[in-house]
Amino acid sequence: MRYENPTTIENAVDLLARSDGPAYVLAGGTDLLVRMKGDDFDAELVVDIKSIAGMDQIVETAEGFTIGAAVPCAALGEHGALVAAWPGVVEAANLIGSTQVQSRCTISGNLCNASPAADSVPAMVAANARARIVGPGGARMIDVADVPTAPGKTSLARDEIIEAISLPKPDARSGDAYLRFTPRTEMDIAVVGAAVNLTLDDEGIVQTARVVLGAVAPSVVVVDAAAAALVGNKLNDATLKAVEAACTAASNPIDDKRGTVEFRNQVAGVLGRRAAEIAYGRAGGTQ
Amino acid sequence: MTFDPSYKEQALKSVGTRVLRPDGVDKVTGRARYGADFNMPGQLVARVLRSPHAHARIIRLDTSQAEALKGVKAVVTAADLPDLTDGDTALFAILDNSMARSKAKYDGHAVAAVAAINASVARAAMKLIEVEYEVLPHVVDVDAAVAPDAPLLDDTIFTTGVDPAPTKPSNVANRSEFGHGDVDAGFAKSDVIIERTYKTEQTHQGYIEPHACVANCNADGTADLWVCTQGHFVYRQVCADLLGLDVSKLRVTSSEIGGGFGGKTHVWAEPVALALSRKAGRPVKLVMTREEVFRASGPTSATSIDVKLGATMDGTITSALATLRYTSGPYADAWAETGAMTSFACYDLENVKAIGYEVVVNRPKVAAYRAPSAPMAAFAVESAIDELADAIDMNSVELRIKNAAQEGTRSSYGPVYGPIGIGPTLDAAKAHPHMSAPLGKNQGRGMACGFWFNFGGQTCSDLNIGADGTVTIAVGTVDVGGSRASLSLIAAEELGIPYEHVKAIVADTSSLGYNDMTDGSRGTFSSSMATISAARNAIKTLRERAAMMWEIPVEDVNWEEGFAKAAGPKHGNRAPLSIKDIAAEAGNTGGPIAGHSELVADGAGVSFGTHICDVEVDPETGSTRVIRYTVIQDAGKAVHPAYVEGQYQGGAVQGIGWALNEEYVYGEDGRLQNPGFLDYRIPVCSDLPMIDTQILEIPNPNHPYGVRGVGETSIVPPLAAVANAVSDAMNVRMTHIPVSPPRILAALNAQAKE
Ligand SMILES: Cc1cc2nc3c(=O)[nH]c(=O)nc-3n(C[C@H](O)[C@H](O)[C@H](O)COP(=O)(O)OP(=O)(O)OC[C@H]3O[C@@H](n4cnc5c(N)ncnc54)[C@H](O)[C@@H]3O)c2cc1C
Repeated sequence: MRYENPTTIENAVDLLARSDGPAYVLAGGTDLLVRMKGDDFDAELVVDIKSIAGMDQIVETAEGFTIGAAVPCAALGEHGALVAAWPGVVEAANLIGSTQVQSRCTISGNLCNASPAADSVPAMVAANARARIVGPGGARMIDVADVPTAPGKTSLARDEIIEAISLPKPDARSGDAYLRFTPRTEMDIAVVGAAVNLTLDDEGIVQTARVVLGAVAPSVVVVDAAAAALVGNKLNDATLKAVEAACTAASNPIDDKRGTVEFRNQVAGVLGRRAAEIAYGRAGGTQ
Repeated sequence: MTFDPSYKEQALKSVGTRVLRPDGVDKVTGRARYGADFNMPGQLVARVLRSPHAHARIIRLDTSQAEALKGVKAVVTAADLPDLTDGDTALFAILDNSMARSKAKYDGHAVAAVAAINASVARAAMKLIEVEYEVLPHVVDVDAAVAPDAPLLDDTIFTTGVDPAPTKPSNVANRSEFGHGDVDAGFAKSDVIIERTYKTEQTHQGYIEPHACVANCNADGTADLWVCTQGHFVYRQVCADLLGLDVSKLRVTSSEIGGGFGGKTHVWAEPVALALSRKAGRPVKLVMTREEVFRASGPTSATSIDVKLGATMDGTITSALATLRYTSGPYADAWAETGAMTSFACYDLENVKAIGYEVVVNRPKVAAYRAPSAPMAAFAVESAIDELADAIDMNSVELRIKNAAQEGTRSSYGPVYGPIGIGPTLDAAKAHPHMSAPLGKNQGRGMACGFWFNFGGQTCSDLNIGADGTVTIAVGTVDVGGSRASLSLIAAEELGIPYEHVKAIVADTSSLGYNDMTDGSRGTFSSSMATISAARNAIKTLRERAAMMWEIPVEDVNWEEGFAKAAGPKHGNRAPLSIKDIAAEAGNTGGPIAGHSELVADGAGVSFGTHICDVEVDPETGSTRVIRYTVIQDAGKAVHPAYVEGQYQGGAVQGIGWALNEEYVYGEDGRLQNPGFLDYRIPVCSDLPMIDTQILEIPNPNHPYGVRGVGETSIVPPLAAVANAVSDAMNVRMTHIPVSPPRILAALNAQAKE
C-alpha cells in the first residue's frame, strides 16, 4: 500500500486518477483507519488530503461559510460565527464519537463514508449544504443530499474529492437543531437522528422548514410532510403532533442490532418534534 | 510451625491504609508489559481461521495451498492437536473449543490456524485454506434449545441428574437441585404468591486487553508460554495435558493483565499457539482481534428463570422455588448449578428449592464472569421479592430484613452460615440517606441484594529478605485488582516494616509451587494467608539469627514491630536488632533469610452486598440514566480500602452495563451481529454517576485479619437493582435483561394498550 501526502488538490486528484488498484482519500481517518484493520480491507493507495493548502480553513463569505474538507469537527465548535449561524450543524458534528475523535474527524469524511447513521449529514441536508467536488475535469457543486447514494456508496467518481462543504448565510429569524438517539451518552452510533431547519416571520409563523431524518432508511429522509405541517403555523401542540406523526410515517428502518422498526419509528417522531421545538426557539419563536 | 489462620482482633498499622500501587508507574507510562508486549527473536505471527456458521460439519479441510504460500511456516488443524484427554470431558471441551474436530459448533469456532513471517502473509494464508462445510440446523436461544424439536448439538448428551436416565439425547446436559423443606406445603401456607419468568441475555466480560500469548516449543520437549491469564499454573496444567508435555518442562509466565473478570481463567487459543510453534520450530505470537474475543471467548450464560415465591401478609416468605435454565455454549458445564446454589442464598427460608438445567446451544463456550451465574439468578429472585413487597404492601427493605439469613441459618445450598453480612448491609441500606432522598419526575428507585461464595484454594509464596533488610514477596496468584499492593501491606504489617520496603512480584510457574488461579475472589484472601505464613516463618528465622548474634537462647528473642528484642531481665539492656541489622549479618549467621509457605486456604468467608439504584427514564424513548448508585458490602477486612471501593464500583458498573444495554445479538443465521464495542455497549464514563460505596467489616473467622474476598459480589445485585428502579420509575415490571430502550418502550406501549 502506498501513502501519499500531496499539497495541492490537483496533485491529489491526479494520484487517484492514475492509481490502478483500490484508492482511498484520507481525511481524519476515523472511519478509514478502522476499516484498514479489517481482514477484508485492500488498498493500493491512500491519499492524505490534510497537507493540501487551505483544506483546513473555515472561510466566512458574503454568501455563507466554506468548510475545508480537512477541518476537524472540533474546529467547527470553536468558530463563533459558524456556531451562531448553524448551531444544529455544529452540534451534530460535535456529537461524533468523543473529544478525541472530533479532533480528527471531518464532516466531509462523515458524508463520504455514507453511513445511514452519520450524524452531521441530516443537519447538513436540513441546512441546504452543498459540496464542492474537484475531479480531473475541474470543480462542480452538488447538494450534500446527493453525495451518498446507498450505504457505503457515494456519487463521487473514484478520482473525485470533496474540497469543501458550503453552508448558506442563514436568514435573520432562523434556527436549526439536531438530535439523535443513542443508548449511551457518547461513543455510540445514532439509532435515530433528526434535524430541523426553519425560518420565521415577525409573528413567529414558520415560513420555510426542512425536516430530515437519519438512521431510519438507507439514506437520509427529507420529511416534506413534516415541513408542510410547520409552514404557515406557529409551534402549537397541533403542529408538533403533526410533525411527530409525519416523521414516524416517513421513517423506514429495518430491525437490527441497534433497534426495532417499531422503536425507531416512534423515536423518529419524538426526536423530530423535539428538534422542531429547539430550532423554533433558536429562531426566536416563543410557543 | 503450623499456621493458625484464625481471626485475632488486633490493632493494624499498615493494613487498612491507602498506599500507592506498586504497578502504577509502569502502567501510566506505558511500560507495563501486557500479553502482546512480549517478543522473541524469529517470532512468527499466528492467525486463526474461524467458522462462519453456527453449526456445521467439516466435510473437507484443505490447507495445502496455504502451506505452499511463501512465508507460511506452519498450518495446524485438529489433526495437530490429537485428543489426549482420555475421557476427561471438561478437558476435551477445552481442546475441541480451541480447534474444532468434526463439527464447528458456533459462529467463530476455530477450524485451522496459520503461523507466518508477518501479519499480511498470515492473512493471505487464511484465505487460501479451503473448508467445505455441511451447514446444520442451529439453535442459540435457551428456551428454543430445550424444546423437544430443537436441533441437537451433540447426540452423546443424555441429561444427567434425572431418574430414570433419559433414553434420548437432548440439549439439556444436566439437572441439579438444591434446597430443603417442602415447597408445596410452604405455598399452601402462604397468603400471596408471585410467579414469573425472567430472561437475561448473554454478555461478555469486556476486558480491554484481548487474549494474547507468545508460545515457544523447543525440540527437546521444553516449552515457554508468555501469556495474559488469571492463572498461569492452571494454563500450564491444561496446555501440558493437551500437548502431551511434562508439566515441569512448560514454563508459563503471566503478563500484566488488562482485565479478565473470569474470562482469563479459561484456556482459549494457547494450545493452538503452542501447536503452531511445535510444528514451525519457531516462537509464535497469537493475539486475538476484538472480533475474535467476542465471537470465540468468554461470554456468560443466557438464561431463562422461573421464580415462585409465597409469603404470608406479615412478610414471612413461606416458600421459594426457582427453575433456572442456563446456556453453556456447545459443551456441558455447571453454570445453572452455580446459579441454583446462589439464587436464594441471602435468605433464611424454611421451604426452598432451586433446580438448574444446563443447556447446550450454538454459542461460544461459556466462561466465568465475576461471581459467575449469580447475577442472573439474583435478577430473577430480587425482582420477584420486589414484586412480593408490593403485593403485601410492605417496604422492600423491611421485607428483606425480615427474611435475611444470619449466623446459624441453613443456607439454601446446604452449609450453615457463620457470621455473615447480609443483615448488616440491609440495615446500613435502610439507614443510608440515599434510601430516603426525594425522587423527581420519571425517576425511580430500586434495591437488591447479592451473594457470592468466595474461594480459597492452593497457594504457594516466597518471602525473601535482602541484604539491606528490604523484602520481596513472590506470589503465584496473578494480580488482577491490586493484590501486589495488598500483599505488600500485609507483609509490612507482619514484619513491622514500612510498606515501601516490600516489593511483590508475580512469579512464573517454574519459580513456585502450584497456585490456583485468581478467581473466586481468592487472590488477596489466599495469598495474604500465604504471605502471613511466609512472614511468620521468616520471623522465626530472624529470631534465630538474632539469638545467634546475641548468643542467647532463641526463646528469649521476641519479634516486636520490626525488631528483635531480647526478653527477660538477663538480656534486658541489649539494643533491639532491626531486620536490616540482622540481614546485614546473614552471611555470617547461616546465609540468606527467607520465609516460604504452601497451604490450602480454607474458609473463604461468604460475601453479601446490598445495592441501591436511582434511574431516570425518558418515557418517550425508553432512554435510561442511572442518576445515583450506592454499594454496601461486607469486606471482612479492607486491606487496601481504595481497592476494595474500586472492586465495588467496578462490579456495579459492569452490572449496570449488563442491566441496561449489553447483549449478544444473533441473526437468523446464528451469526453474532455485534462483535465489537460499537454495538456491544458497555457503559462509558459519562453514562454513570459516581458510584458511592460503604465498606462493612464483619471479620471472617478463618483469616488472621478477618479478610474476605471482595471482587465479585458487587456484580450480583445490579441487574435486579436497575430493573427494579426502572420498574419503579415506569410502573411497569421489566422481566428481560437488558432493559434496553426498545424493551422499555415496548413494555410501556403494551401497558398503554391494556
Ligand atoms: C470511536 C468512534 C466513534 C464514532 N462516532 C461517530 C458518531 O457518533 N457519529 C458519526 O456519524 N460517526 C461516528 N464515527 C465515524 C467517523 O468518526 C465519522 O464518520 C467521521 O466524520 C469520518 O470523518 P474522517 O475525516 O475521519 O473520515 P475518513 O476516515 O478520513 O474517511 C471516511 C471515508 O470518506 C472518504 N473521504 C474522506 N474525505 C473525503 C473527501 N474530502 N473526498 C472524498 N472522499 C473522502 C474516505 O476515503 C473514506 O472512505 C465514529 C468513529 C469512531 C472511530
